[in-house]
Amino acid sequence: MNKLPETIEIALSVNGERVRRSVSARQSLADFLRLELELTGTHLGCEHGMCGACTVRVDGEIVRGCLMFAVQADGCTVDTIEGLSDSGEITELQSAFVLYNALQCGFCTPGMLIAAQALLRDEPNPSRERIREYLSGNYCRCTGYQSIVDAVEAVAKQRAARWK
Amino acid sequence: MKAPRFAYARPATVAEALAILAGHGDEARILAGGQSLVPMLNLRVAAPRVLIDINRIAGLSGVTVAKDHVRIGALTRHTELEHSLDIARHLPLLAQAMPHVAHAAIRNRGTFGGSCALADPAAELPACALALGATFVIAGPKGERRVPAEAFFRGLYATALGSEELLVAAEFPLPKPGRVSAFGELARRHGDYAMVGVAAHGSIALGKFADLRIVFFGVGDRPVRATKLEQALERQPAAAIERALESLELDPRADLQASAATKRHLAGVLAGRVLKQLANTSA
Repeated sequence: MNKLPETIEIALSVNGERVRRSVSARQSLADFLRLELELTGTHLGCEHGMCGACTVRVDGEIVRGCLMFAVQADGCTVDTIEGLSDSGEITELQSAFVLYNALQCGFCTPGMLIAAQALLRDEPNPSRERIREYLSGNYCRCTGYQSIVDAVEAVAKQRAARWK
Repeated sequence: MKAPRFAYARPATVAEALAILAGHGDEARILAGGQSLVPMLNLRVAAPRVLIDINRIAGLSGVTVAKDHVRIGALTRHTELEHSLDIARHLPLLAQAMPHVAHAAIRNRGTFGGSCALADPAAELPACALALGATFVIAGPKGERRVPAEAFFRGLYATALGSEELLVAAEFPLPKPGRVSAFGELARRHGDYAMVGVAAHGSIALGKFADLRIVFFGVGDRPVRATKLEQALERQPAAAIERALESLELDPRADLQASAATKRHLAGVLAGRVLKQLANTSA
């Protein structure tokens, strides 16, 4: 049997830009984004899928960037906090996070924003309980979550009012 | 907290995956959703020389309804089960269990087959597979074979899968008309592994239980079917639940979450709730 590679060439789209790199098979998608592409808004907290700080979107769905290898994103479309921020997709959420003081150290914030945006996309009018449940996969060690839930709830209401 | 070095293979077919497995045996691990395997790699609990990424194998994913069963491909993501209309209609127990499986971002990657092949004793899907009488479809060097859930789960993280075999699907018999199900789980935080959980399936005829299958998880080295409790409830009304629970025999081991006595107590409380819920479910 041919020897299997430890380094693989991949091509993917990151925040709308075509990227081609040679990656080590063991490199996580989150490390690839941070170290190879210098997209350091994706944070690495626990590196075993518990904390949610590394949340990114792959082909439109949120995933843990630490639990996927970069090589597995070959051919995929990846969106990071930088892309969502630049495109204006999460402007309302970002403003609400500031208004409600929904961050202190900010380490969890990129993951929180991407997760919150995923929730509001699929369920435009979630209850507070539902917001809490959905964000329970993202740890914040500063705020006690109250203000984060406030901010997400406020954006849901803003959007609902606009659609009326 | 980074994965150790490994060589990477991305087969396009089951046959190709089996050939690589045959070439590397115990040194290779199958990479499906990776939501348990990658943490194990990062924590250096596992250090396989070769990872065989099955994510690009066509035909391993999806839910299909046949004449007498529902087939769930091994690579079917949890989120697909959560939102599948076929699952909601034919196997509602799986839909009921899904919100308890970790979190949305994990469910977007984690797979049905990965969860069953790992056989974590506190996982939801193995218990559901046992409660619903599923049969696992396994591909190997000598072709396909089928193993019922009772014989598939062999112990702590142990299954009937051989080192040169790949789990490709599970077939769930289409429940007879009138069958209902209920699911419950106690965890310290939402999305954590269960301290104890119960999956129940059966029918309610004229207000009485029949053909119950009650499976506990998080209280043994594998999903545990409570046959004495099932028998004690046969042809009994919901009013008999408390009394029947006295026949519940579980032998949980203490873990980081709770002592054995606590788990036994919680199992009884939870089973009471789930069975009442079952009794109040109309088909």
